[in-house]
Amino acid sequence: MNAKILEIDNVTVSFGGFKALKGLNFNLDQGELRVVIGPNGAGKTTFLDVISGKTKPTEGEVYFKGRNIQSFAEHEIARLGIGRKFQTPRVYLNLTPRENLELACNRNKNVFATLLRANSSDEYRTVTGLLETIGLSSKANVSAGLLSHGEKQRLEIGMLVAQSPDLLLVDEPAAGLTDEETYNVGELLLALAESHSIIVIEHDMEFVRQIANNKVTVLHQGSVLCEGNIEEVQNDPQVIEVYLGKQEEEIETKEIITEEEEKIALLEITKEEKMSVSEIIEKKIAVSEITEKEKKIEEV
Amino acid sequence: MKKEEIKANTQKIYHFPRVRKRTENWQGKETVVEPVAAKDTVPKFQGLKLKYPVYTKHKSILIEAGIVGAIALITIFLIPPLLTVVGQAFRVGLLGRFLALAIVALGIDLIWGYTGMLSLGHGVFFALGGYALAMHLQLAPLEPGRLPEFMGLYGVHELPWFWQPFYSFPLTIIGIIIIPALLAALLGYLVFRNRIRGVYFSILTQAATIVFFNFFNGQQKLFNGTNGLTNYKTFLGLEVNAPQTQFLFYALTIILLALTYGFCRWLTTGRFGRLLVAIRDDESRVRFSGYNPTGFKVLVFAISAGLAGIAGALYTVQTGLISPKAMDIAFSIEMVIWVAVGGRATLIGAIIGAILVNFARSLLSEQFPEIWLFFQGALFLIVVMLLPDGLVGWWRSQAVNQIRRLLGIKQQVTYPSLETDPEVQQEREELTGKLGTGD
Repeated sequence: MNAKILEIDNVTVSFGGFKALKGLNFNLDQGELRVVIGPNGAGKTTFLDVISGKTKPTEGEVYFKGRNIQSFAEHEIARLGIGRKFQTPRVYLNLTPRENLELACNRNKNVFATLLRANSSDEYRTVTGLLETIGLSSKANVSAGLLSHGEKQRLEIGMLVAQSPDLLLVDEPAAGLTDEETYNVGELLLALAESHSIIVIEHDMEFVRQIANNKVTVLHQGSVLCEGNIEEVQNDPQVIEVYLGKQEEEIETKEIITEEEEKIALLEITKEEKMSVSEIIEKKIAVSEITEKEKKIEEV
Repeated sequence: MKKEEIKANTQKIYHFPRVRKRTENWQGKETVVEPVAAKDTVPKFQGLKLKYPVYTKHKSILIEAGIVGAIALITIFLIPPLLTVVGQAFRVGLLGRFLALAIVALGIDLIWGYTGMLSLGHGVFFALGGYALAMHLQLAPLEPGRLPEFMGLYGVHELPWFWQPFYSFPLTIIGIIIIPALLAALLGYLVFRNRIRGVYFSILTQAATIVFFNFFNGQQKLFNGTNGLTNYKTFLGLEVNAPQTQFLFYALTIILLALTYGFCRWLTTGRFGRLLVAIRDDESRVRFSGYNPTGFKVLVFAISAGLAGIAGALYTVQTGLISPKAMDIAFSIEMVIWVAVGGRATLIGAIIGAILVNFARSLLSEQFPEIWLFFQGALFLIVVMLLPDGLVGWWRSQAVNQIRRLLGIKQQVTYPSLETDPEVQQEREELTGKLGTGD
């Protein structure tokens, strides 16, 4: 299983003068689940665009299963076995989940085959099984526009699987989901990872910890900053600098606050109730402990 | 919630059926593994009968075909005598023409309502179909070696080469469909391959309309210019303007309309139709699913143009005239209005819209010859603002509630979310289904 399913060789993408990707090198083993993180504007989505053929690299080459896919159109790349899930769930809202899956499941995607060939019972069973797996059996025949955000996310993942790709590109699957839904999506991806190669782009660090059992790649300004397992990446000084540039400041304030010990209140600064450090000082709340925020890594 | 808690709550084993796993080795060996997983994914359904919706589908198709057939027969045999009794016999001819227009409306509905491409140039295809038949009607009654009358006027001594095939009736029939379809396929291929969409596509079709209008308008020697081709006499031994022949055309129009309806229904109900809707809603997603939208769009555009050609021929033979006016931009836009009034993406809506708008128009133009155009504009505005989904769309979605409210009938609401919750519905169905089989 050492064969590389995806090799990206020194790829540069420039839009006008702006370089979204700069000499990016990237390898993915077959069967690997790789998480790609990086601050906004690091080129994560462009990275997926290049793999899926939406954007053509200005320089460099992309090899999928050893084949240069530069000259292929999106649908040809999709037929080769690369499936892509978008950041916001993109399902066909006017069709039902079953119809959505049937379209993705269709094996011969030529015009006349789509028109003339009847749905095989095999496909019918596959779709039914998939509906069960993504938990949408009871809503199989309502229009997909009526589904909730989380259900649409799951439906889109289901569509990906129905396409039976070898490589899944998943762009922020946890965006806008509750903790529980996020966890479920993570389990789905882990289950999928048993039989697919997957690239996941994600911000939510807890989610990354849940699914990153192998390597994590950090992108910064269009090229790979570092690669390694999650602990290595988190302790990498470069990554900390890129992500956690403000950490020094925080350490300083920590000292100041702990000097004042009037009343002890446990304060959990969550995403919702943001409090600036100065506010905390003003209200004279003693802080026993400051832990690193684990939500969006960019907010730190 | 903490991670462990969630984990405890949602101990769910995800099992993904492996769909047609291509384990091709890219060193050159290809091994295709048969899908095995599909079998064990549906054990739950072994107790219940695997419900294929095939039988019910067949039944509903038969019912619909029956209804369409019945309406067609009524329109052919009952409406003409009825109108004659009322003293409105001339309306039969009008109805025939409007039904021909309904065919092109169906074509517009296919590409606009279902596929989301707004063509403002269908007048070209309509007129090409009309001209194809008109050319045959010009040639048919002539003795060999003679030219159509207008050619003599402009000093043409030899029949232009492209008129030659129209001596033959079968070739003409093929031409009526194929010429517009090929033109649309060519135009569509160039446009869609370059991913030109939306407004730009509409503008291009308009431009094509202007080009063709000017060409046909300017070519007196070839097509009699502005006057168009008219004064049809006989073909296939029939006198074109005789009442019996006109009734024949009337009946033929209805039969073709019914067939077109069936054809469009077939196109739009299956997977192909769903893909058209998918292209309309999110074309780039379709690409990432492995479909190439270009081919689908070209095919639909060509079919739609072919239908316009048929409509043009039927309309021409019933009005007795085809002129470049049919390529007027206003006429192409009118076609879109019919579909908008009737309801996009509803085939029956396209037919109803075409007939309704045209009848309203002919009635209004009789009553208020000077200002009827204002009514047409107002109609379009009203539909766009009040009934954005058209008449049929409104009927399907809101009509029942609105009429109830107007009449003051209160609905009995049980428990709102319970009635509409699909999970509750499914359980209910399963329960009743089980009881049914148990008894």
